[in-house]
Amino acid sequence: MTGILTGIILPKGDWNWRLAFLLGAIAAPAMILLLTGMSLPLQSDIPSWAIISGGLLVGVGVAFGGGCTSGHGVCGMARLSTRSIAATLTFMATTFVTVFVVRHVLGGF
Amino acid sequence: MLRVLSAAAIGLVFGTGIVIAGMANPAKVLNFFDVFGTWDPSLLLVMGSALVVTFIGYGFVLRRPAPLFDRKFHLPTKRDLDVPLIAGSALFGIGWGIAGFCPGGAIPALGSGEPSPLIFVAAMIGGILGANALKAAFTRRQALA
Repeated sequence: MTGILTGIILPKGDWNWRLAFLLGAIAAPAMILLLTGMSLPLQSDIPSWAIISGGLLVGVGVAFGGGCTSGHGVCGMARLSTRSIAATLTFMATTFVTVFVVRHVLGGF
Repeated sequence: MLRVLSAAAIGLVFGTGIVIAGMANPAKVLNFFDVFGTWDPSLLLVMGSALVVTFIGYGFVLRRPAPLFDRKFHLPTKRDLDVPLIAGSALFGIGWGIAGFCPGGAIPALGSGEPSPLIFVAAMIGGILGANALKAAFTRRQALA
């Protein structure tokens, strides 16, 4: 996902299929609503400052790590890539620890 | 044209899967990681089935000489484990744990019209731009030295 997005925000000349992919993904909630009448459950009691800090960390992390849950976690692991397996184990572990610290040490969201 | 249309269709399928599975919902994602609290292990099935389908699919697809709408496959070529890979992935996980959105969840969630995915994606783009500026500055300094 971030590889496709990065090719648009730092244009490399093949932005058209990338933009089409992202727009297709963004259209998904509307299509589900039209076809089934089901709206996307999106519960987030997370304060804006935390969403902004999380977003910044995710952006910096994927830029250096070269991938996210879909890139390393699904595509890379499915190719049995050592780098992707290492990346996925690393981010799963830090996410787990972060959720533990935020919810059970700091008593937050 | 077919390349762009197929990308849009694939994006729609990806987004639909993400939304139905609950990966676009921060509360559900954070509960998956909260083993000592309100644990919801169901996302393990999402990741697991996505992996199995992709593994089997790649078995067929990557045997072809090229994709349908391109001259060759574009696959990562790096093999070694390095500091940017591990440190970047670690930071990504911390951000995911704070905000509850990963990129693949937040982008389809933009279509919900809620403000939180919009805030997240804007900050994430800022992070990607900042990190790339930093990488470019570092490369320039190394080139000068």
